[in-house]
Order: sequence, then C-alpha cells, then structure tokens
Amino acid sequence: MLDVFMLSRIQFAANITFHILFPTITIALCWLLLFFKLRYNRTGDEAWLQAYRFWVKIFALSFALGVVSGITMSFQFGTNWPGYMETVGNIAGPLLGYEVLTAFFLEATFLGIMLYGTKRVSNRIHTLATALVAVGTSMSAFWILSLNSWMQTPAGFEMRDGVAFPVDWWAIIFNPSMPYRVGHMLLASGLTASFFVAGVSAYRRLKGDHSREVSYSLKTGVYLAALLIPLQIFMGDLHGLNTLEHQPAKIAAMEGVWHTESGAPLQLFALPNSETKTNDYSIAIPRGASWILTHSGDGEIRGLNEFEGEHPPVAPVFWAFRVMVGMGLLMLLMSWTCTWQVWRRGAPDRLWLKGLVAMTFAGWVATVAGWYVTEIGRQPYMVYGVVKTADLVTNTPASHVMFTATAYVLVYIGLIIAFLHTLFYLARKAVKSSVKDLDPEVAGGEI
Amino acid sequence: MSGEAYWLPIIFIFLMGLAVLIYAVLDGFDLGVGILMPMGRPESRDTMFASIGPFWDANETWLVLAVGVLLIAFPTAHSEILGTLYLPAFFLLFGLILRGVAFDFRAKAHADYQLRWDRCFKTGSLIASLSQGYMLGIYVTGFEGGALSIGFGVLSAICVTAAYAFIGACWLVRKTEGELQLWAAKRARFTAVLMIVGLISVSLVNPLISPEVFDKWFTLPQALLLLLIPFMCAVLFVVLFIYLRHFPYEGDFASWVPFACAIGIFFLSFQALAYSYFPYVIPGQLTIWQAASAPESLMFILVGALFVLPTILTYTFIVYRVFGGKAQALTYGD
Repeated sequence: MLDVFMLSRIQFAANITFHILFPTITIALCWLLLFFKLRYNRTGDEAWLQAYRFWVKIFALSFALGVVSGITMSFQFGTNWPGYMETVGNIAGPLLGYEVLTAFFLEATFLGIMLYGTKRVSNRIHTLATALVAVGTSMSAFWILSLNSWMQTPAGFEMRDGVAFPVDWWAIIFNPSMPYRVGHMLLASGLTASFFVAGVSAYRRLKGDHSREVSYSLKTGVYLAALLIPLQIFMGDLHGLNTLEHQPAKIAAMEGVWHTESGAPLQLFALPNSETKTNDYSIAIPRGASWILTHSGDGEIRGLNEFEGEHPPVAPVFWAFRVMVGMGLLMLLMSWTCTWQVWRRGAPDRLWLKGLVAMTFAGWVATVAGWYVTEIGRQPYMVYGVVKTADLVTNTPASHVMFTATAYVLVYIGLIIAFLHTLFYLARKAVKSSVKDLDPEVAGGEI
Repeated sequence: MSGEAYWLPIIFIFLMGLAVLIYAVLDGFDLGVGILMPMGRPESRDTMFASIGPFWDANETWLVLAVGVLLIAFPTAHSEILGTLYLPAFFLLFGLILRGVAFDFRAKAHADYQLRWDRCFKTGSLIASLSQGYMLGIYVTGFEGGALSIGFGVLSAICVTAAYAFIGACWLVRKTEGELQLWAAKRARFTAVLMIVGLISVSLVNPLISPEVFDKWFTLPQALLLLLIPFMCAVLFVVLFIYLRHFPYEGDFASWVPFACAIGIFFLSFQALAYSYFPYVIPGQLTIWQAASAPESLMFILVGALFVLPTILTYTFIVYRVFGGKAQALTYGD
C-alpha cells in the first residue's frame, strides 16, 4: 500500500508534469503571436493576420489549461506539503507573491483584449495588449524559476529554529543557478513553440493547405528552431557546469558515475543498477563525461559514493537526461535539414513534413524529461541541503490523497485528449476554409 | 507587541480581505452566470458566455492573490486551512478546472461537443460555488468538526451559491437585452429572496454557535452602530425590489442598479464577517500575529504591492471600460 508521502509525490509529479506542458507552449507562442502581429502591421499582408488568428485560438486554449493547472499547483503547497511553507514560506511566499502581482494579473487581464478586443480598441492598443501578455508570461516564468532555482541552490538566507529567514533578497532572487535555469527554460519554451507551430503547419500543408499563412508559420517555426537549438545546447552545457559546482550528486546520477573517478566515461546507453552500484550493459565513450564536464579528458568527477543516503534515485535521472539530450540532437538534425530545404526549394518535401508532424510535441518530451532531471535530481531534498521532502508532507489520511491523486490523473488524461483532439480539429477546419478560399469547387468536398 | 511585527499583519489581513471581497464580487458574477446557464437555449448561452468572456480569467486571479496573501503572510494558517479542508479544496479546484477549460473548449470544439462543454461549465461553476461556501462554513466554525460544523458548512454552501447566482443575474441585467434580460431580472428577484433567507439564517446561527461573535455583536454601545450593517443591507434589497418590480424600463434605464445593489450587499456582508472574526485568521484558534511571517518578508512584498496593486486596479478598470456596454458576440480577432 502506498503511503501519504508517496501518494502526495505522485500527485504533485502528475500536477507539475501536466502543468509545465502549457506554459512551455504559451511563454514563447505569445512572442510568436506578437511577431505575426508586427509583421502584419508592417507589411499589411493578410496572411500574417490569418496566422495570428489561427494561433491565438490555440494560445487561448493552452493558456486556459495552464491557468487551471497552475491554480491547482498553488493550492497543493498547502494541502499536501504544509511543511514547505512553514519552513521556507518566508522566502517562497514573497517570490510567489511577486509572480501573482507582476505577472498573473497582467497576462490574465490583457488576454481579454488580445482575444476579443479587436473591435473595441485600436490596432495599436491590440498590439500593445499582445505585447503585455507576452511580457506577463515571461515575467511569470522568471519568478517561478527564481524560486525553483533557489530550492536547487539556496542562498541569501539563514535558518533560525528550523525556519528559513531572508537575509539578502538580491542573493535569493539571483541565486547561483537562476540565470542558467531561466535561460534554459526560455529557450526550451522557444523550441517547444517553434516545433509545435512547425508541426501543426506541416500537418495542414500535408492535408492540402497551400495558403501563404501556413507557409509563413512553417517557415517561422523552422527558422526559429534552427536558430535556438545551438543556443540551447550551449546553454545546457553552461547549466550542467553550474550544476556540477552546486549539486554534484545530481550530476553523478545524470552521468551514472557510481564511484569518484578521473577520466569518467560518457554513458550512451546503460541500465544503472543500484544493487551492485554499477551500470549494466554499458555502451560508453571513454573519458567522455570528464571531457564534457571539466573540459579535460582526465578531469575528476565525484561519484555517488560520496553522497551516501543523500543522492537521488539514479535510473530515472540517468534516463530522463538521455531522453532530453536525445531530443535536443534530433531537434538539431530536423530543424537544420528543414531550414536547408526551405532555403533551397521553398518548403520541405513530404517526408520531412511528416517528420515535422511527428516532432510536433518534441519540445514537450524534452522539457518534461529536463524537469524530471532537475526535480528528481534534487531528491531527497525539497530545498537542496536544507530540508528533506519527507519532512514536509501532510498528515491527511492516505485514502483522501489516494482519491485526489487518482482523480487528478484521470482529469489530466481527459484534458490532454481533449486538447489534442481540439488542436487537430482546428487545424483541419482551417484547412477546409483555406482550400475553400482558394478553389470554390472544392467547397464541401472531402479533405 | 509593537512596531512592524504589530502593524504588518494588520495590513496584510486587510489586503487579503480586499482580495477576497474583490474575488467574491468579480468571480462571483461569472460563477453565477455559469450556475444560471440554461441548457435549452443555445443563443442565450452564447450571449451569457460573451458577457463574461473577456473577464473571467482575470477575475479568478483574485483568488490566486487571496490564497497567495494567506500563504505569504500567514503560512501556518495557510497549511492548517488547506490541510483541514483537503477534500473540499480538491472539489473547488476540480470545479474551477472544469469550468475554466469548458469555456475555451466550447468555442473551438466541433459544434457537436458544444452542449457537452456547456454542461461542464455549468456543473463546474456549481461545484466551485458549493465547495467555496462549504469551506467558508467549516472555516468560520473554527474547524471543530462534528455534525454541527458540517451542517453549518452545508447551509453556507447553499447561501454562497445563491449569492453568486444572485450577483450573476444582476450582472446579466446590466449586460444583456431583450428576452434574456427579462429572464435574468426574474432570476435576480428569485435568487435575491434565497439570499435574504441565507443571510438571515447565517446571521442567526453564527452568533449562536460562537460566544465571541455573540459578544461582539450584542454588547452596547457598539451594537447600535453595528445595526447599521443589516439596516443598510435591507435598504439595498428594497431598492433592488422596487427597481425590478417595474422592469423593463424605456431605453434600458439604470440597468446598473441591481448589480450596484449586489456589490453593496456583498460589501456589507463581508464587513460583518470580517468584524466578527478579526483579529483571528483561524477563528478562535490563531490570531494574525501568531500566524504571521517574518517582518522582513512582509516588508519586501509590501513595498512591491504598494506600487503594483494600484496599477492592477487601474488596468482592470480600463479593461472593464473597454468591454463596457451590452455583451457582443465573441470573435477571435475578426
């Protein structure tokens, strides 16, 4: 039987997994919408406005799902992890408070004008509203990542009788891992949105939609992805070095380094075995991990043996990390090939279009995997080196948590299905209307 | 106790009260519109959705702020309240999820699914209102548990739902025209009666189960002053009924009156509640000073709040102005 602790963890994991999917889309998609709008304002080309109108619907849908799951998350600090706020509330509270005050209200309020305001306000104000929503979503990401980074690399506080008190707010907000985490996440959002836009546009094109709107969206998505992915790989490397400095146990789990060694190999494939403390079926590049992390083939990597009882479970972190990196490499291959094809002949050929459709949600996979590395990698701590997750859990009866955890998971599965269903329904509907515009004969025909 | 440690918690309980009150009025009307939604008339449903479309998301953010202030300023109370109300809190969230997504899906999904999403919206609004009311009831009885507490929770669930339906109906009187407006005016009258019954029963039960509340209300001389609250409530209800009696008027005369009365009644009821329980953040158990965070944290957020809150109120006002007048069909940027 699962206890309250495990159930609360499962419930929270389900919640953050579901929640992160939507901000990951909306943070960058809103900037893309602003781009579409600005292109339209500048060129007067209706196709940009059509792209805006199509994507703003999907933005609204993703935004709503992000809002409702975000509210759920904020309640769970109190319902499932009462110890969290009692221990570090003096620090987490104000950061969350600033998120609500500076970001939530801004995005939620101007969303109304962005979605429904075109008839009521001037074009200029509507563009401004779009920009404000974009600023709001990014600001929201900044505050929440600042708090998350503080939980990973706490700074600027002191403990008095088991409660954290702020000493230096600047050090708390701009804690050692914050810049890397914010950069990594914003780029991840950019990549998620660009593959998402490219994938859905490729789908529309394959369905016979040759409108300029689709071609603009497709190009924007592909070019943006090609531009962002090398930046992301570079940022990921910096982030890794920062983690090595501040959370060596997490790095040891990511790389599957069981014992401190110089010239540690880079595990391409392995099954980490926590019984024998070795990697089974390992395929590895000699000295690879040392080379990547210390930029020297002989560099020493501290192993899990140095963090007995204080290191995260190895297999999930190890695997999630490989999924994230694998996705990143696939994105590099995909976006650069497609960019080359667009550049040479105006559009990718059918095979690569299908590839783009297959990679519509590549960003989701990579982002979720990345968050698993980060969050599971911090265990057994909630705030690294300060408080353990197990000490913060609620004393609500297990049966209640069992009920809510099951209910949340079912609701989330239902919502994901509804989201995907509606997304592709909207895409097909757009194909239908644009084919009708191009050729009246096809109107009403099967697509 | 003196200095910052004394007055910071007072400021924050005031801010939290403000957020709760604004939430109850703003999300109150859009929850109410959801509760009242008739399933048989598709055009009415579209207009009703249009009347709250540009606002509901920002309205709900006031709840996040209220819970946020509780969490920032009174973390001990936050854990205690949400821990004790674990299941009702879940149902509240479930309701909010259901109605929040239904709103967006209905506009985009295939027409065949629209009725299904509209039902989700209505059900979600109802679940959210009932659980809010239930949570309020359990909260004011100080989490004592037992049949009495649960009974009061149920009573309060019904009253809060009636109150939201009431303010929702008043909102529709302002925002709609023709047949739908007449229908809304009828609903406003009916739910106002429900609300009066609710207010009276809560006002009777509350002092009876809590001696502290009884003393606060029935000690001279302040009792004379406090009588003003029920008196002004009664005046507002009278104005409302007189106005609705001859409804509709030529040229949509003063269709804002019911909504304004509703805001006034919400404000007064909230004052009464706040007066009854101050300075407790958990009635009878925990005062605001016992539950407060470190002054350095409160100071840090207060500085920001003093700048940001007026800005939020300003742009909220602007958006309500932009979408003022009668509700128009919702279209995405067309």
